[in-house]
Amino acid sequence: MARTLAAKIWQEHVVRQASGEPDLLYVDLHLVHEVTSPQAFEGLRLAGRTVRRPDLTIATEDHNVPTTGAGEPIADLVSRTQVETLRRNCEEFGVPLYPMGDAAQGIVHVIGPQLGLTQPGMTIVCGDSHTSTHGALGALAFGIGTSQVEHVLATQTLPMDPFKTMAVTVRGQLPDGVTAKDVILAVIATIGTGGGQGHVIEYRGDAIEAMSMESRLTVCNMSIEAGARAGLVAPDETTFGYLKGRPFAPSGDDWEIALASWRELRTDDDAVFDKEVEIDATRLEPFVTWGTNPGQGAPLGGEVPDPASFDDDGRRTAAEKALAYMDLRPGTPLRAVTVDTVFLGSCTNGRIEDLRAAAGVLAGRRVAGGVRMLVVPGSMQVKEQAELEGLDAVFTAAGAQWRSAGCSMCLGMNPDQLGPGERSASTSNRNFEGRQGPGGRTHLVSPQVAAATAVVGRLAAPADLS
Amino acid sequence: MEKFTNHTGRVAPLRNSDVDTDQIIPASYLKRVTRTGFEDGLFAAWRKAVPDFVLNRPEYEGATILVAGRDFGTGSSREHAVWALRDYGFRVVISPRFGDIFRGNSLTAGLLTVVADADVVERLFARAEADPASEVTVDLGKRTIEAGDIHAAFELDDYTRWRLMEGLDDIGLTLRHAEDITGFEVQRPSWRPVTTSR
Ligand code: SF4
Repeated sequence: MARTLAAKIWQEHVVRQASGEPDLLYVDLHLVHEVTSPQAFEGLRLAGRTVRRPDLTIATEDHNVPTTGAGEPIADLVSRTQVETLRRNCEEFGVPLYPMGDAAQGIVHVIGPQLGLTQPGMTIVCGDSHTSTHGALGALAFGIGTSQVEHVLATQTLPMDPFKTMAVTVRGQLPDGVTAKDVILAVIATIGTGGGQGHVIEYRGDAIEAMSMESRLTVCNMSIEAGARAGLVAPDETTFGYLKGRPFAPSGDDWEIALASWRELRTDDDAVFDKEVEIDATRLEPFVTWGTNPGQGAPLGGEVPDPASFDDDGRRTAAEKALAYMDLRPGTPLRAVTVDTVFLGSCTNGRIEDLRAAAGVLAGRRVAGGVRMLVVPGSMQVKEQAELEGLDAVFTAAGAQWRSAGCSMCLGMNPDQLGPGERSASTSNRNFEGRQGPGGRTHLVSPQVAAATAVVGRLAAPADLS
Repeated sequence: MEKFTNHTGRVAPLRNSDVDTDQIIPASYLKRVTRTGFEDGLFAAWRKAVPDFVLNRPEYEGATILVAGRDFGTGSSREHAVWALRDYGFRVVISPRFGDIFRGNSLTAGLLTVVADADVVERLFARAEADPASEVTVDLGKRTIEAGDIHAAFELDDYTRWRLMEGLDDIGLTLRHAEDITGFEVQRPSWRPVTTSR
């Protein structure tokens, strides 16, 4: 029977199947970080269990870590305890760890692909919803809760019911200045924050095929914002080229064997998806959000919508609440919205391609007076590469702050936060109330729009700069 | 895990849709390394900033069933959201639709999440608003919601229902199949990466 790519990967990982029970699914790679793991390790200890496959597990420190003064102990004692707990747990259970200060430390979803650990056809889990990112390389990757983290640590498997499948086909060539971030924001605005619920989204079409690996990572990253369990792109020459030579990629004869197996990883021509959506790439524009969930977005050339224009009661009330929180009036052109802070970073847009794109806009320009801009590489390796290319000098010359790797202002858990009432243009993935700090207001944007916004002080695209 | 058979309690009506887990428990409460004591983080921002937020209203004190709008528990995978609801005293959450990861977490950790039709949810809102002291019974054995003249059936797969009713621990169940796991591991392609050596 014709099968989707997601179904193929799933079936290859079923350890046990019994009617009336969930499938027992094998996990090829388990990524761990400090926030969602302490209770899982504690559970193992209490039950006298061990980690079944420490050699299929890695840990990193990312959510809590300050992005200044790397190497010094964390000032916030509660955060410090959490990071130290991870270190002790990794030591006790034999899990490899990339701690702060390590050359390979970084956001968990940035370092997996970068190290070559994320490979096509694998099953990958992490106690983090943005695990969907790894699907860009053709892996079935999804976020789990702490009880499931404990389950995977103990058994290297998860009891799961198969996901439904959804195809999002993006056709045509993206216009100049339109990025992967704009594509995924447009997809979410189209299908809604619950539109992908229960599904794996396979992104296809020539616009996706033409994308670099880093852009595909951005697209898959935000699948969860459409409610989907996972995002997926069939592996191709771009994928293989990206992986070749990375530290954990297969080498020698193994490379050839792996490659032959990866080339089989495609959805069969006559396979049927549970849902299908088409997006016309040629009509897309830079996209920004105006509300408090990632589905509340609009083209930058548009305006803040009038809640009365939504015929669905739920969406209207949600829009009213969002505008009150965001302190925005219907009909305001989005380009008239001023910001205090610009954040460039996160597992959505903290990779080298993102920093290059933003630096390209900022070169020879200055961040507007009164605006603070934070540039936070997604990993120490991204930081090193950027410094090699002189991007750090471009950012600092423009008046932006150049930081060390971490989740930073993506979530209000480390010192990088918005103050109450402050407004940001942010390349991260969530504009939820208080996400970047209590009372903070967030507009999600692409790296290019972030850079142009920093220069103008209002939401703007590079084309707006003289 | 505690066994769950049925539960009768009062309702807190939360008329919001798209309640993401950042609202259920803000990130600053996730720094702890314990599995209990998260009740102070539950809806912390709203409890602080919105005086008439449902959990600030004395008439809903002691409610054990949370009824919420569509897409409850979207966003971050933090299981702390489930722990916060549970530690605060909720045993059941009813909504027309849940975020997938939140739903999985709740059913693993013994907080019953019930998917009900939007009109059932609307009637539950109206009833709890008209009479905050009125009670609702959620019967897992029969898979029903009973409240005055509201009689609604809900779906939950047999396996999950059985696990909740028996209070069984997932890990213990899986470890019964340790031989299958070992058998699978023997056949895994040897070129798949391991994290301990490059
Ligand atoms: S960068 Fe943001 S979304 Fe990504 S893992 Fe960190 S906190 Fe989560």
